[in-house]
Amino acid sequence: MFLALYERLKSGLARTRDLFSDIAGLFTGKGRIDRNFLLEMEKRLLLADVGATATREIVKQVEAAFLDKEIGPDLAGFVRKILLAMLPSEKLELSRASEGPTVILVAGVNGSGKTTSIAKLANRFRKEGKTVVVGACDTFRAAAVEQLGTWAQRIGCEIVKGQTGGDPASVAHDTCEKALAKKIDVVILDTAGRLHTQTHLMRELEKIHRIVQRKIPGSPHEVLLVLDGTNGQNALYQAGQFSKTVSCTGIILTKLDGTAKGGFVFSIRQNLGLPVKLVGVGEGLGDLEPFDPETFISSLLDK
Amino acid sequence: MFEGLQKTLTGALRKLRGKGRLSEANIRESMDEVRTALLDADVHLDVASAFITRVTKRAIGQEVLKSLDPGEQVFKVVYDELVALMGPVDTTIPVAQGRPTVIMLCGLQGQGKTTTAGKLALYLKQRGRKVLLVAADLQRPAAIDQLELLGKQVDTPVYREDVKFGPDGARLGPNPIDVCKRGVTQARSLLLDTVILDTAGRLHVAEMPMDELRQIDKTIQPDQVYFVCDAMTGQDAVLSARAFNEALEINGVILTKLDGDARGGAALSIKEITKVPIKFVGMGEKLDRLEDFRPEGMAQRILGQGDILSLVEKVNRVQSEITEEERTRQQKKMEAGDYTLEDFRQQLPLIRKMGPLKDVLGSMPGMSEMMPADQDPEASIRRIQGIIDSMTTKERKNPDDIDYARRMRIAKGSGVQATEVKQLVTVFDQIRSFMRPIAKMSMLERIRMVSGLGKMGGFMPGAKIAVKDQGDGGLSPRDRAALRRKKKHR
Repeated sequence: MFLALYERLKSGLARTRDLFSDIAGLFTGKGRIDRNFLLEMEKRLLLADVGATATREIVKQVEAAFLDKEIGPDLAGFVRKILLAMLPSEKLELSRASEGPTVILVAGVNGSGKTTSIAKLANRFRKEGKTVVVGACDTFRAAAVEQLGTWAQRIGCEIVKGQTGGDPASVAHDTCEKALAKKIDVVILDTAGRLHTQTHLMRELEKIHRIVQRKIPGSPHEVLLVLDGTNGQNALYQAGQFSKTVSCTGIILTKLDGTAKGGFVFSIRQNLGLPVKLVGVGEGLGDLEPFDPETFISSLLDK
Repeated sequence: MFEGLQKTLTGALRKLRGKGRLSEANIRESMDEVRTALLDADVHLDVASAFITRVTKRAIGQEVLKSLDPGEQVFKVVYDELVALMGPVDTTIPVAQGRPTVIMLCGLQGQGKTTTAGKLALYLKQRGRKVLLVAADLQRPAAIDQLELLGKQVDTPVYREDVKFGPDGARLGPNPIDVCKRGVTQARSLLLDTVILDTAGRLHVAEMPMDELRQIDKTIQPDQVYFVCDAMTGQDAVLSARAFNEALEINGVILTKLDGDARGGAALSIKEITKVPIKFVGMGEKLDRLEDFRPEGMAQRILGQGDILSLVEKVNRVQSEITEEERTRQQKKMEAGDYTLEDFRQQLPLIRKMGPLKDVLGSMPGMSEMMPADQDPEASIRRIQGIIDSMTTKERKNPDDIDYARRMRIAKGSGVQATEVKQLVTVFDQIRSFMRPIAKMSMLERIRMVSGLGKMGGFMPGAKIAVKDQGDGGLSPRDRAALRRKKKHR
């Protein structure tokens, strides 16, 4: 299971190298941590967008842990364990409503891959045999509604559209209403891309959140923040601001099929407790995977 | 939680306080912090390391200027080096003769290519070009509709073809190469002079899509290829930019989403690795928010906001005080109106230092007239210098005294036509009258005004006012009369 996932991510990464060759290169297996090892590890973490501060902390932790005890041949396993501890595997499942429709609100900055991720997510639920309605609350960007409409048609799910320039909160409201009336299992709300620094747009998002909450008590069950895996340290600021506005419950980390690693999630998990729940690893509808910390860490330390 | 990042730099540089000469030890210490700042701004690790090495080398042994902290001076070196690395900027888009100029936009998904295409169309339209947008992104659902809507908003025609899909959702046709080809043909028949190709976003490691892009490039042979890059991009920016550049030879980079709080280290990384200049920056979702790239503003961002500018200004001020005496002398002369060709001659080397001559001179009234349009400004300046050098001291002080015989002599001495000498004297007269009002500005303000930095909002608070304070000095009598009338009616 783990291997299959890793392969998938690897093939997404378009790499041909042997599974653990790179990591094996880092962990020479001598069972000792020397300065060169730490420097190389630091370099890889930095190149994976883990960030200067978090990298310093991770390296320090690894160093300290090794000073404490004698480590056997399984150096790789030891370092992996330390990194894994920083990305705890609880809270990785999507929460669902015990009764009535499950509402998922999706937000993020422009171009992070919200609409594509929503299509993939809707497709997942459809594959489970669930009925899905998507709400096209991006009434701002030209042709955003059409984009989601095309996907909805391909996946075979319902869609609620608003007028271009209309009130996105009212689209959210209507989508929830439709789900209740037609007893649809899952509601996914697509919102307009907004930079976390645009206060008025962040207020608009807050309003959507509030309306949904009022319409279906206990919802939204998930507020997923879509983060572009090719981003650098700015992702931290995005996560901070979006969490403050709509209390996000998880992250969809996209575009991991390129050469980017998305290492900023360490800082986000450590500082905000916000877990990655799903990762996007390709353009196909099936290319959305549950987040697996082990796989993620392996690919992170890859050169 | 994150506020700490920006404080580290100024904090570290403050540690250097009170040391007379920059030594390797004290620089190295602060360079660690500079490195952290660069990494936090997403500058690529290798670029950051190379940068640090270079700056350290430059800073070591520098004498700390009086009334400056060593930290402040190191900071200035860092800032200058950043500006130098990201510049010079050339935002001109060459015009093809006898056929439409073709601009191709490419990049990863979600960088803002389509929006940028709309912005670029507006930008070019405002500069008198007749633009056709070509919807060559057949991949992303509704990308064509999006471009068409953008085209409507900026009142620009859009060439589009409808895409046919098979039952499995696969695209049956047309292919983007043909769409681009027919788009260019359309532009010819509509007598439009510029074509913007909006291509689909693609991963630099995806072979087929990259191959498709190469084919478009080979078939259409665009005049300019721009790589569109999200300012929030991390370490990966270097890998993707390099791959696109290898595949296509990029002519410029457009950095998008800079209206957020991204520090934009990608700008430095891409410029350093690919040597491709950054041309424009996207500053917002509104379609008029495409601006010329300014390395000064970018350097400021990368180092983190805060009081960097005042620091740079302070250093500039101190540095300019060194030759203050000389400047005061000239200042007084300018104010009095007896600024001579001799003084002008002395300032020519100074002008050269201000940056790319083309930019400096272009924004300086009189100067552009003095320069033959088809000539290298550098050469022209030398020519002017030569003419002045062939004058006697007396002639330089009183150019009005130059008569026919003197003109012939000067022309012979400097190897130019007599008309050129005459032209220089005439234009110099114009410059002299232009100099008088700006003479009252500080040197810094003047340099800024001349080099056009004033366009950067907030960079130069005093300058606009300074110009305004000149009262009606810069207006023609007719304009002044109009202004008076307006005031009365109010």
